[in-house]
Amino acid sequence: MTAVVESAPYTVEEVCEHFDPVMGLEVHVELNTATKMFCGCANAFGAEPNTNVCPVCLGLPGSLPRLNGAAVESAIRIGLALNCRVRERSGFARKNYFYPDMPKNFQISQYEDPIVFDGYLDVPLDDGTTWRVEIERAHMEEDTGKSLHVGGATGRIHGADYSLLDYNRSGVPLIEIVTRPIIGAGVRAPEVARAYVTALRDVLRGLGVSDVRMDQGSMRCDANVSLMPKGTSTFGTRTETKNVNSLRSVERAVRYEMGRHAGVLLSGGAIRQETRHFDEQSGTTSPGRPKETFADYRFFPEPDLPPLEPSADWVESLRAGLPERPWERRARVQTEWGLSDEELRDLVNADALDLVADTVDAGAPPEAARSWWVSYLAQQANTAGVALTELAITPAQVARVVAMVAEGTLTNKLARQVVDGVLAGEGEPDEVVAGRGLAVVSDESALTAAVDEALAAQPAVAEKIKAGKTKAAGAIVGAVMKATRGQADAARVQELVLERCR
Amino acid sequence: MSDITRDDVAHLARLARLAVTDDELDTFSRQIDAIVDTVSAVGDIPDDVPPTAQVVPQTNVLRPDATEPSLPREAALAGAPSAEEGRFRVPRILGEEL
Amino acid sequence: MSDTQRSGAGASGEELLSLDATELARRLHAREVSSVEVTRAHLERIEAVDGDGGGDGVHAFLHVDADGALAAAEVADRAIADGGPVSPLAGVPIAVKDNMTTTDMPTTCGSRILDGWRPPYDATVVGRLRAAGLVPLGKTNLDEFAMGSSTENSAFGPSRNPWDLTRIPGGSGGGSSAAVAAGEAPLALGSDTGGSIRQPGAVTGTVGVKPTYGTVSRFGLVAFSSSLDQIGPCGRSVLDAALLHEVIAGHDPRDQTSVDAPVPPVVEAALAGARGDLAGVRVGVVSEFAGEGYQPGVSAAFTDAVRVLGELGADVVEVSCPSFSYALPAYYLIAPSEASSNLARFDAMRYGLRVGDDGSRSTDDVMSLTREAGFGAEVKRRIMIGTHALSAGSYDALYGKAQKARTLIVRDFTAAFETCDVLVSPTTPTTAFRIGERIDDPLAMYLADLCTIPSNLAGNAAISVPCGTSADDGLPVGLQVMAPALADDRAYRVAAAYETARGESTGPRIPELRALEGSR
Ligand SMILES: [Mg+2]
Ligand SMILES: [Zn+2]
Repeated sequence: MTAVVESAPYTVEEVCEHFDPVMGLEVHVELNTATKMFCGCANAFGAEPNTNVCPVCLGLPGSLPRLNGAAVESAIRIGLALNCRVRERSGFARKNYFYPDMPKNFQISQYEDPIVFDGYLDVPLDDGTTWRVEIERAHMEEDTGKSLHVGGATGRIHGADYSLLDYNRSGVPLIEIVTRPIIGAGVRAPEVARAYVTALRDVLRGLGVSDVRMDQGSMRCDANVSLMPKGTSTFGTRTETKNVNSLRSVERAVRYEMGRHAGVLLSGGAIRQETRHFDEQSGTTSPGRPKETFADYRFFPEPDLPPLEPSADWVESLRAGLPERPWERRARVQTEWGLSDEELRDLVNADALDLVADTVDAGAPPEAARSWWVSYLAQQANTAGVALTELAITPAQVARVVAMVAEGTLTNKLARQVVDGVLAGEGEPDEVVAGRGLAVVSDESALTAAVDEALAAQPAVAEKIKAGKTKAAGAIVGAVMKATRGQADAARVQELVLERCR
Repeated sequence: MSDITRDDVAHLARLARLAVTDDELDTFSRQIDAIVDTVSAVGDIPDDVPPTAQVVPQTNVLRPDATEPSLPREAALAGAPSAEEGRFRVPRILGEEL
Repeated sequence: MSDTQRSGAGASGEELLSLDATELARRLHAREVSSVEVTRAHLERIEAVDGDGGGDGVHAFLHVDADGALAAAEVADRAIADGGPVSPLAGVPIAVKDNMTTTDMPTTCGSRILDGWRPPYDATVVGRLRAAGLVPLGKTNLDEFAMGSSTENSAFGPSRNPWDLTRIPGGSGGGSSAAVAAGEAPLALGSDTGGSIRQPGAVTGTVGVKPTYGTVSRFGLVAFSSSLDQIGPCGRSVLDAALLHEVIAGHDPRDQTSVDAPVPPVVEAALAGARGDLAGVRVGVVSEFAGEGYQPGVSAAFTDAVRVLGELGADVVEVSCPSFSYALPAYYLIAPSEASSNLARFDAMRYGLRVGDDGSRSTDDVMSLTREAGFGAEVKRRIMIGTHALSAGSYDALYGKAQKARTLIVRDFTAAFETCDVLVSPTTPTTAFRIGERIDDPLAMYLADLCTIPSNLAGNAAISVPCGTSADDGLPVGLQVMAPALADDRAYRVAAAYETARGESTGPRIPELRALEGSR
């Protein structure tokens, strides 16, 4: 395929001088149920190809779908957490189109009557304000299999000689969460998009319904973008950008499409309605297959599944079992931990709230827990180029380090070395302390001996201290710390020096 | 009343992945036109009649989320026209990456 | 089959073929005859009269599994000999329509597109047959994917009516009914989407039942029109059908449209009906199913059957179901719509036929070439009609209106069943037509299902029981008895009472076939 040359994108500021952006975000979330949506095959990532398949998820003739109750409960819980209404009577429909990764050549989805609808999510933005994103619907559907493209230059679909199909993912339960058009965000549209997906991920993680790993595809975002000329209210032609595999990419993809649309429109061109693919490397999008303008999916009610009519009792029992929602949790910890608005925002922005809370739950005081995650550990994550949540240290391990500092076993400096050891895979904090020989020298007689030795080595200094110039003690403390290779409690050494010079 | 043309049949055949022949376009357009004409009789029914999609007298039929044995991979692939590396081998796919 | 396997039963072998399943089961349980003997007699019969599809035989079977059948028969004989509890039909041979999956036999659905496919699982009903000790003989012929009323749409050639080999045995389950009529199997399974059990039953002089929708699991039945398809029994008597009905019916968690309710007491009802008393039973004659298009001999036989019902004590009234006029159009929209989706999976990717994969073509091209080569004309026609009916531009006017028609038909049944316990009609407007007579006129073919379709759309139970022959051509006529959903027992009771009153055995069509055997 020849590369499509794009006009240089405008910045969002330039775009918004002429246009108001309109966004619609569709997020597909794979549920982490034990089994698939319509069969008893394991819902597992990374198994050998075609080992988690059966007549149902292979779409074999004569097979029938059997709806997974846990998936329905997850869908309702997601809806409730997103302030949605639960439809009194909903059902499944078939979405018909041919594609080899879809064994029946139709997808069982929901169409006119999604199980939950009409909700919203209050999304925290960087400046501390909140943006309300309206949720149109969330519906259940099944995932497709995966293709491996063989031959051709790139291993991509274009130019491949043939493809190999693995249906392990076929029938994995998906919830598709669709926003209403997001209008009025202006230059903040890219930020709102990222913040929404982040907030949604946090809600879903809190519910425990999905692994929400964008890198593994268990959470996938399609971003619809269009521009309307300032002062009008008619939506422009939209494009749908797929393949957006990280939170950062959501923001970049929206920004790029805004700029690209403006470039096309301002030069007198027209936007084609199409799907586009986001390229992580270049941060640009390129066209996919143009949508057969009105792709005719010939939806009709799925005859193999009876309707769902969740009773009020069922819905209320699910509501009662919902965990604290992220924004509720944020309000609570702010009070309990005595945080300023700014401190709270830093925590949230650093994606550290859950980690700190878990560290507190593991016994650490909130201040110490917070300080570790937002400063030293945040730096380490940054250096390693990974998310804070992906650091190889658990809240429980951080809490243990905090405890060792509190009981005097470690100094702050030693504690950082212990953390480095844990991050380097040297084991639990106690194992690192033992392995690296890092415990504070707390044997009083050994310390006293070291102090006396240092005083004897620097008699002039000793005299000054004895004469009341206590500031001179620093030199002796330094010598003792050097002699103990930093493993002494400097404050205690100071005390000892003054004691011996009295 | 229905007017199903050769072009319509060609379009339907494309949607349905049927590589129909020229002769078939003639025969099918004539037959389908006649059939659609006949079945269009349902058009007389008033719009306010509610639809019936199925006659199952039950709702909320759910399966417990418990794993059941999958097929052995050899059985899954046994009917495949072509297979490779434990996967179904299919001709090259034209279209977008999903 | 080798000569050493022959039973040498002679006349007694022939006698076994003329017995109904109830009597066979009695003799098996009394150990007057073994299942191996019974099975062998039927396998020989198949060998003798079924032919190879080339035109001179009944051609009821697409696949016969003699070794498997004899092995199953031995197992049944041992179970009976052990004296433990065995199912009432243990040891009785049965034929299975070839749109139900079987692990030990191919499943073709009468289509080239499933070439070479061996299902890795048994349909629930097949599992139930095996568990009950019945002996599957083989898979029977059908219109491709059950789309048709004559079996002429089978990719493997038509089945022939044992009453007249130049005529159709009905469809789509013509193979199953022909096998029962020809003495090739005492029982068979069929599937009924618009009449595919009852209409073949009527034109072959056998009994066929479409149970209430959802009462027999569809798991393993290759779907034609999922909201209409229902598996049911074929037999030589109402009691035979009832016995098989009780084997196959019952809740199945593998089919979520399967009704979680007790199976209606159909055997008890058939036995009660056979005592011949219909006093107080209100029988409604559907006035719409008469007049133009109904063969005079069929109408006469039906009128006579209604007279018999009255003599048995039934209160016969006429009822009108005006919306039944929408049944045929609604059916020929709903069934093709669902079929267009159900048959999309036959795409050359995972199983079955693959055509045109020369390394240069795309999946789309290979799918289209395969489906073009693998499907017959009727299947293609219905797929395209369904694709049209569901497409955005015609959904409301076609598929949507057909769903509304369905509501009206359900309402007509509900109203009629307020005043009647059962409804009756001829099963089909004409007797068996000649092979080739309607093949180029789909609309004429569709009329064969005029009387049977409403019960599929509404999901209620219906049975076709032989009611003599038409005076104008000497061919069998069927009486259809329709009952409300989950009241299948009512249809069985009335049908059994009528069957007993008429008295005449329908037995297998042995004379013609003996002639046939002689010619081979
Ligand atoms: Mg979707
Ligand atoms: Zn499965």
